[in-house]
This record gives sequence, structure tokens and C-alpha cells, in this order.
Amino acid sequence: MAGNFTCREIAQLVTDYLEGSLTFSERVRFQLHLGLCFACRNYLRQMKYTITTLRQLPVEPVPPHVKEELLQRFRAWKRKSSESAGNPEAD
Amino acid sequence: MDWYSGSLLRLAMSYVPSRAVAEEVVQETWMGVLEGIHRFEGRSSFKTWLFRILTNRAKTRGIRESRYEAFGLSASSTGADEGSSLEDSLFVAEGSGKGHWVDPPQAWEPDTPERVLLSKECRSVIENAIERLPGTQRQVMTLRDIEGVSSEEVCNILEISETNQRVLLHRARTKVRRELALYIQENKT
Repeated sequence: MAGNFTCREIAQLVTDYLEGSLTFSERVRFQLHLGLCFACRNYLRQMKYTITTLRQLPVEPVPPHVKEELLQRFRAWKRKSSESAGNPEAD
Repeated sequence: MDWYSGSLLRLAMSYVPSRAVAEEVVQETWMGVLEGIHRFEGRSSFKTWLFRILTNRAKTRGIRESRYEAFGLSASSTGADEGSSLEDSLFVAEGSGKGHWVDPPQAWEPDTPERVLLSKECRSVIENAIERLPGTQRQVMTLRDIEGVSSEEVCNILEISETNQRVLLHRARTKVRRELALYIQENKT
């Protein structure tokens, strides 16, 4: 049988495993190791937890002055484009 | 616009050295959107298109701010030499225990009180860890794990190969998990 993975190899392959890019044989050996190794099971859980937490990170709040400036620029752009289109209904 | 700007700001900050510059990049991105919206063909999702405009603006800006070399131009930003040394240090290098954990990972959830895992401090540990990542690792992690962009779209946006993207993601996750593990260990009572 192709060699069993060491814990180090499991840590190196964990992202490939989660991405689904291991070969069939690698995946089998990966899961076999996990079945026998409590530490690596914990490691995988920790990794999954880390990823879940990342997904839940709060969005950076947009500072109000940035928003205000953006709106001003948008209005200016809108005015410009309706003027050039000869549209009397600017803004 | 509000909803996206936060995401854009986060991504911009992985390219340029300061928040102030990042805010300008976000502004330029929105202008680029307005100017280019008629060209958007819907071949990719709007979000992907938006991120692509941002990365173009941010890269140009990053080059102009090039005195801050660590942020995207030097070798360290490719994460080429990072990552493997961290993993190596976690495992026994020689002898009969070779390849085994030096310090076997513990279970987090049953033993660690929820107040630690869900705390603001915990989140800022993660945010800090992300900020310290080399540029491209940070970009991949931001797009994949925070923004939930697909790996195919990330490869398009960042113009990198699938394999490269996976390596960068792996290194970023390895580091961030490590920071989180250290924090949890210190706060387990």
C-alpha cells in the first residue's frame, strides 16, 4: 500500500483536501489517517472553524466622509452626462 | 453601493499601504464602474467585475506608492518563501517521531468557552493576522474566505493559476489558524 500520511503531510494537504483537489487515492489515505489520529482530526476541525469565522467577519464600515464624497462625485457625473445628452432634467 | 464598498475597502487595503489611499482606490473604482457600466457584458458576476476593476486600480496605485515595497511588489508578497517554515516548525523533524505533531492540536469547541470564541478580541486577532499576511496571500484569502468568491473567479481577478491560488490560500489559512490557536490557548480558562 502506498505509504500512510504523516501528520505533517496531513497539515500540508489540508487545503487540497478541503478544495477537493486530492486524487482519489490521496483522499482515501487522508481520511484513513484522520480516522486513526485524534490530533489531526482536531486540526481539520480547527481549520474549518477558522474558515467559518473568516466568512463571518464584519464588513469594514465605510467612513461617512468617503460616502459623502462618492455621492458628490456621482451627482457631478450625473449632471455632466445629462447636460451632454441635452436633458433638461439634470439631477 | 454601501454594501459593496466595505468589501472593496478590505480588498484595497491588501494592495496599498494606508487606509487613506485604500479609500481613494475605492472611489476610483466606483468611478470606473460608472464609466464602464455600459461595457459590462454579464459574462462574469457583477461582484467579480467590480473586484477586477478594483485590483487594476489598486495595482496601479500600489506601484505609484512603491516606496512601500512590502505591499505587493517585492518577493515577500508572493509568499514564495513563507508558509513552509511555519508548517515545518509544528512537526518533529528527526527521529522516530518524525512527522508527528510537536504539540498535538486540541479540540476548540467543547473546551473553549463561547465567550472567547465569539469575542471581539478573537475577531481582531484574526483581522491582525490577515493584515500581516504578504500581499498576494492576503488578497486570495480576502476574496475566497471572506468574500466567498469562487476559486475560478479569483484566478481571473488576480490573474494567477489555480495551483498558485491554492498554495497562497493554504499558506494564508495555515498562518491565520496558527494565530487563532495561540490566542485560544492563552485564553482557555
